[in-house]
Amino acid sequence: MQRLALASAKIEDFGAVSARTVVAGVEAVCDPLGALYLPETRLLVVSDLHLEKGAAFARRGMMLPPYDTLATLKVLEAVILRHDPAIVVSLGDNFHDRVGSAHLPDIFRAKITDLARGRDWIWINGNHDPDGTVDLPGQSADELHYAGLAFRHEPSLLSPAGEIAGHLHPAATVIRREKAVRRPCFATDGRRLLMPAFGLMTGGLDLRHRAMTGLFERPSLVAHMLGRDRIYSVRFANLIG
Amino acid sequence: MSTIDSTAGPSLLPAAFAAWFSAKGWQPRAHQMELLARATAGESLLLIAPTGAGKTLAGFLPALTDLTRRGRLPPGSAFTGIHTLYISPLKALAVDIERNLMKPVEEMGLPITVETRTGDTPQAKRQRQRLNPPDILLTTPEQVALLIANGEAPRFFKDLKYVIFDELHSLVTSKRGHLLSLGLARLRRLAPGLRTIGLSATVAEPMDLRRWLVAQRPGAARHAGLVTAPGGARPIITILKSKERVPWSGHSAKYAMPEVYEAIRDHKTSLLFVNTRSQAEILFQELWNINEDTLPIALHHGSLDVGQRRKVEAAMAENRLRAVVATSTLDLGIDWGDVDLVIHVGAPKGASRLAQRIGRANHRMDEPSRAILVPANRFEVMECQAALDANYLGAQDTPPVGDGALDVLAQHVLGMACAAPFDEDALFAEITAAAPYTGLPREKFGRIVAFVATGGYALKTYERYARIRKTQDGLWRVSNPQVAQQYRLNLGTIVEMPMLNVRMVKRGAKGAIGRGGASLGKVEEYFLEMLAPGDTFLFSGKVLRFEGIRENECLVSQAFSLDPKVPAYAGGKFPLSTYLADQVRSMLDDPHRWGGLPEQVRDWLALQRDVSALPKRDELLIETFPRGSRHYMVAYPFEGRLAHQTLGMLLTRRLERAGRRPLGFVATDYSLAVWALDDLGYSFAVERPSLASLFDEDMLGDDLEAWLDESFMLKRTFRNCAVIAGLIEQRHPGKEKTGRQVTVSADLIYDVLRSHEPDHILLEATRNDAAAGLLDIQRLGDMLARIKGHITHRRLDRISPLAVPIMLEIGREPVAGEAQDSLLAEAAEDLIAEAMGVAAI
Repeated sequence: MQRLALASAKIEDFGAVSARTVVAGVEAVCDPLGALYLPETRLLVVSDLHLEKGAAFARRGMMLPPYDTLATLKVLEAVILRHDPAIVVSLGDNFHDRVGSAHLPDIFRAKITDLARGRDWIWINGNHDPDGTVDLPGQSADELHYAGLAFRHEPSLLSPAGEIAGHLHPAATVIRREKAVRRPCFATDGRRLLMPAFGLMTGGLDLRHRAMTGLFERPSLVAHMLGRDRIYSVRFANLIG
Repeated sequence: MSTIDSTAGPSLLPAAFAAWFSAKGWQPRAHQMELLARATAGESLLLIAPTGAGKTLAGFLPALTDLTRRGRLPPGSAFTGIHTLYISPLKALAVDIERNLMKPVEEMGLPITVETRTGDTPQAKRQRQRLNPPDILLTTPEQVALLIANGEAPRFFKDLKYVIFDELHSLVTSKRGHLLSLGLARLRRLAPGLRTIGLSATVAEPMDLRRWLVAQRPGAARHAGLVTAPGGARPIITILKSKERVPWSGHSAKYAMPEVYEAIRDHKTSLLFVNTRSQAEILFQELWNINEDTLPIALHHGSLDVGQRRKVEAAMAENRLRAVVATSTLDLGIDWGDVDLVIHVGAPKGASRLAQRIGRANHRMDEPSRAILVPANRFEVMECQAALDANYLGAQDTPPVGDGALDVLAQHVLGMACAAPFDEDALFAEITAAAPYTGLPREKFGRIVAFVATGGYALKTYERYARIRKTQDGLWRVSNPQVAQQYRLNLGTIVEMPMLNVRMVKRGAKGAIGRGGASLGKVEEYFLEMLAPGDTFLFSGKVLRFEGIRENECLVSQAFSLDPKVPAYAGGKFPLSTYLADQVRSMLDDPHRWGGLPEQVRDWLALQRDVSALPKRDELLIETFPRGSRHYMVAYPFEGRLAHQTLGMLLTRRLERAGRRPLGFVATDYSLAVWALDDLGYSFAVERPSLASLFDEDMLGDDLEAWLDESFMLKRTFRNCAVIAGLIEQRHPGKEKTGRQVTVSADLIYDVLRSHEPDHILLEATRNDAAAGLLDIQRLGDMLARIKGHITHRRLDRISPLAVPIMLEIGREPVAGEAQDSLLAEAAEDLIAEAMGVAAI
């Protein structure tokens, strides 16, 4: 639970633990909590929250702990307090299933309402929750085009330039001296950026997986990996040392 | 203990049996007749007998004679349930027993039907067995759990007279044994008069097994009767005295291969046992490299494709092979042709394991078995010598039965709800009759039932999704039929490591990978994570080139290289047993016992005595010395790798707190090395900290708790518990989860649960498991208590002879915990360095 611990830790020098990058000419900061912040437009992006994943499984007979929503919202709160964004974009798979937002316990609904106060909130629809949200602040959309960037859930194969997408839960594996460490990451080649999954009960997909094929120019691909208390930026070619 | 008059014996045997014995020129053995008499008189019994003592026949005699007296049931008689249930840990063993049992049954023309039921039994046959049960059913623990979770169980088992447990000593120590004990408790309720017969090899603690076999009540423990068969001829065991130099460390024993090959050539059929799969692969390849006579030598381990394994087994049974290299998949009592030599490569670890493996050679009791031990390094030489002494002394060690696991209980509770609605108090009375669960508090059982129903969380949001519900009549019942279906698919206590199928493909001229070739077997996913495409490794006796992963398959091609890169370090999987560790320590302490050791090992120990010291039996020797830019501390507790790993974690935490700047540690079965930036020798000399306080037992308090919180090992344990308890599923109707998905989500569930409900029942189950098995905390605690006031510190200028083996292990250990991030930092530095390089131009 390193992100939950990190969310409540005090950070002295944010510049030292985050990573700066540029996507299609737009400056962005990779926050070690797994969110992307665009300072010029004061826009914060999070992706694949998968809220109510535990409940979604319980509905199907697997009694996973009911605490994942609470944990994910705590981290979300920390990252919103840090950047105080004007706009929050949640990049799809906001809920783990279609009925998730309708069945959301009131206490969590109130928390989200609280976080959204005084800012614009955009829910991008994902494949898990294509119908939008129920009784929550903000507006739902399939895509958002803003400040020269395109925000959508699934990366499109046609137009990489300036795309911020989620869906794939990218993770990178560093191998040194026959030892392997795998972590979620922001993946970008300067044209497109894939967001790590923000939900605390979500898995990852390795950058070498064939589902990632063709998404990036590998020579310029960098993985900004979520470490215990900071971002580690590693060039794709350097992952295996 | 009752004795049987030899003249009283034959009268217990129906005429057909007496005639059969005398036609064979055999005499019923005393222990067979004793067991028959006492079981017939209504006793439940444990039979302890060495391999080849006619254990199986003895176990079945009471049932066979009873059924013979009953005679064949006339057509049209009322439904009769099974008479005898035989349960074996291996399905291959059940099949093997059927063959062996059918022989006397057919030769005597007995009116008895015998059938097997395993995971491989076709659906139609299972249906038929339910409608028309055989007299004797041979099966496995998992099938028993399935049968009792069925609504027809009362009818099926109402006539049950005998339950026979084969290889009981190996069954009871695991979670499978826990599940089986609960199953037995249910069988006793369905057939109150049933008797149990346990068959076991020699064990240190027969009382545990005797308790397990009978129903327990609150108050005094109850025990099954004991029947002991005399031991057979003493095995002839030698340690390979190699002319070659015995290596300091490592596990391959490559140095000894020419001599091992000689031994194979000199015998008819040899079994070569090793401790791990990778050892088996390496050994097999080395043997074929020098197999000038092209002797038929085969490979057998659990990861190989089933078809391939069956081929080897058949060839072995027909005596077509000269040698088989095998892992523990062959440990148990399957009959194997005419094996006249067992070669054990690597340390035998537990002495009872050694006895079992040696029992493999020569199943006739009157001839001695022959075995050669081949130590892979110098510490193993001593361990082999100790094992040898232990075997001659007849000393045996088997892990204790232990308290029943809570995850297993959760699985059983759901199974019982699937069978029929249950009353919570009645079920509690039933399960506490099972020996491993006798001490279970009522309150904890209630929490298990709540867990089965809704997950048992403090935050009660899942009531409407409950799997079982308490209805108005006060009984718990399943909410819908899908629950029972899911239960049946997920039953069992063996949680597989995530494994990928290994498939051979052809590489095209342009490097394109072709489709579908032969499947070679399965390999653990963590092993593959360390491979990059193009790496070569050993598997299935071949050098393979790793091509990549496609869906659930690991694609490989033929490598044109004889020198594989074997990236995964795999040492002994089994920890050194407490008994053997004590033997090794006392041997080190007593130069008179060095006589059996090879000269080079004696010289090594003598040199150690001169430049440092030899650890005394009841003390802990600690050496400190500088090397390169680091300062090392090496301790020699001889408590096994698991306990040392735990100790290493705790010591580095303490040294860190004392400001001594520790950098890492490495653990082997015998010793532990910690290295630091500070001069540890000096620090201990000026008592900052003192060794006594560093090794104080209080490390098992807060430090342990704090470390456990972050331990990756606990996550792996949690995953097993979560699968067994039914929180997450390995299989779901219609869609198979891959191992990877299970791993990922279990880790995340663990994190979420631990931070929000740290006293949840499943976390308790996980901690219990970890304390017992994974971390060997009990053993570590015993050691810390033993060495209190007996720590000897030697400050040396340089590495000592005894420290060389562990120093060679540094850098081969897998990375864990906090060290992970330093690896990431290292990779990130590359990028920084690159950036700086560009800037400098």
